Amino acid sequence: MSLSLALDPMFRMPLFTGLALAAALPLLGAGLRLREQWFSSLGVAQMAAAGGVAGALLHGPVMLFALLGALFGGAARALTGRTRNEHYAVMLLGGWAAVMLLAMVGHHADVVALQLLNGQLYFTTWPHLLGALLLLVALLVTGPWLKRRLLLARLFPDHFVANRQPVWPHELCFELLIVGGVVLGISTMGVMATFAMLVVPPWVAFRLTRGAAVALAASAALGVLAYGLAFIGALALDLPFGPALVAMLMLLLPLRLLGLRLGAVRG
Amino acid sequence: MNDTAPLLQLIDACAGYTKPVVGPVSLEIWPGEILGLRGSNGVGKTTLLRLVTGGAQLFGGELRRAPGLTVAHHRQQPERPPELPLTGRELLGLAGVVGGVLPERLGVLATRCLDEMSGGEFQLLHAWACLAGPARLVLLDEPTNNLDQDAIELLIAGLAGLQADRAVLIVSHEAAFLEATCHRTVPLCP
Repeated sequence: MSLSLALDPMFRMPLFTGLALAAALPLLGAGLRLREQWFSSLGVAQMAAAGGVAGALLHGPVMLFALLGALFGGAARALTGRTRNEHYAVMLLGGWAAVMLLAMVGHHADVVALQLLNGQLYFTTWPHLLGALLLLVALLVTGPWLKRRLLLARLFPDHFVANRQPVWPHELCFELLIVGGVVLGISTMGVMATFAMLVVPPWVAFRLTRGAAVALAASAALGVLAYGLAFIGALALDLPFGPALVAMLMLLLPLRLLGLRLGAVRG
Repeated sequence: MNDTAPLLQLIDACAGYTKPVVGPVSLEIWPGEILGLRGSNGVGKTTLLRLVTGGAQLFGGELRRAPGLTVAHHRQQPERPPELPLTGRELLGLAGVVGGVLPERLGVLATRCLDEMSGGEFQLLHAWACLAGPARLVLLDEPTNNLDQDAIELLIAGLAGLQADRAVLIVSHEAAFLEATCHRTVPLCP
């Protein structure tokens, strides 16, 4: 019943938009986890939400203003040098305060704030689906190049500077992908569901796998699994999608305790 | 030492971060050479390596690199994320180590994830990755930290097999290790 409802034409666009994001966000989260910046995604998400609400107040396009908010957060992160959790907390708290205060100013802003914080997956539109597919394709295309450079930067931090190679190409690319993913995530799934999709699947996958490719595949697979179950569950039980997704992702966490690692062992 | 130009030259170089902490120092490293830097704690040995990598600033003198010089740097405490499912083999591949038969001890590490290794095992693997990679100049900062005697012997054997077109600059407080591996050493004084 709920499966056929999920495939109903009315829900196809949200279903496929969410599916693309469910594969893409955990891959981005794996990069953030590698860089120990996973907490920053919540800060960027709140900044994006604040931008979106400001856009609503100014009668501008919400997505564009959310993008500007996320870019501002990303730039602040990049320009503050060696960022720490305190920086991310400032982004998170500042973004949240801005959302709540701006929402008080006008009714439309209040509605947008609620949508961005809680998610509005069932009301996604073509731009959301197109953006999600573009994000996924961009990730798949840049993935091998980006993975190698992010790993090199993490494990051999002097590699690029010592060899007179610029770091900005991969830093900029990763930042733009994060910003795009966060904006699409909050405008469809909501702030906390986006944060959970960025954090939980790679957190579980990193504990359960052996090898970078296996870890990335497992991250995406766990994200898609949780999303699929949450989508069907939310429809069947008439639950709000965002909290249902977060709850489903929480159910993945005990997998970390399995104490086994999947992946080929090659000598 | 079969080339006509040094890979790296420091001429009265003073290095530091916000102000000079070491120098003036003059030295040069030639292809095929293993050069040791020795000196007491805090004298600026690591800062000098960071000058070469670009992590420290030059406050005076000159730093000359051979055109197109490639550098691998093994830090005193190599970076290791707390949980990362990357295998030892993948780390070696990342450093450009391709093919070849690994010594037995490293072969075992190649199949394990980085977060499953002890501090000494990761230290050995990381130093080996720099040494066995393609970089022409390898900077090893206290590579024997946390290593047992067998691992140190393995590192000494690896250094002995250095190709003639490459060079290694080692910082170590272990005189015996420098004695066993270096063609010559340069003292750094406070």
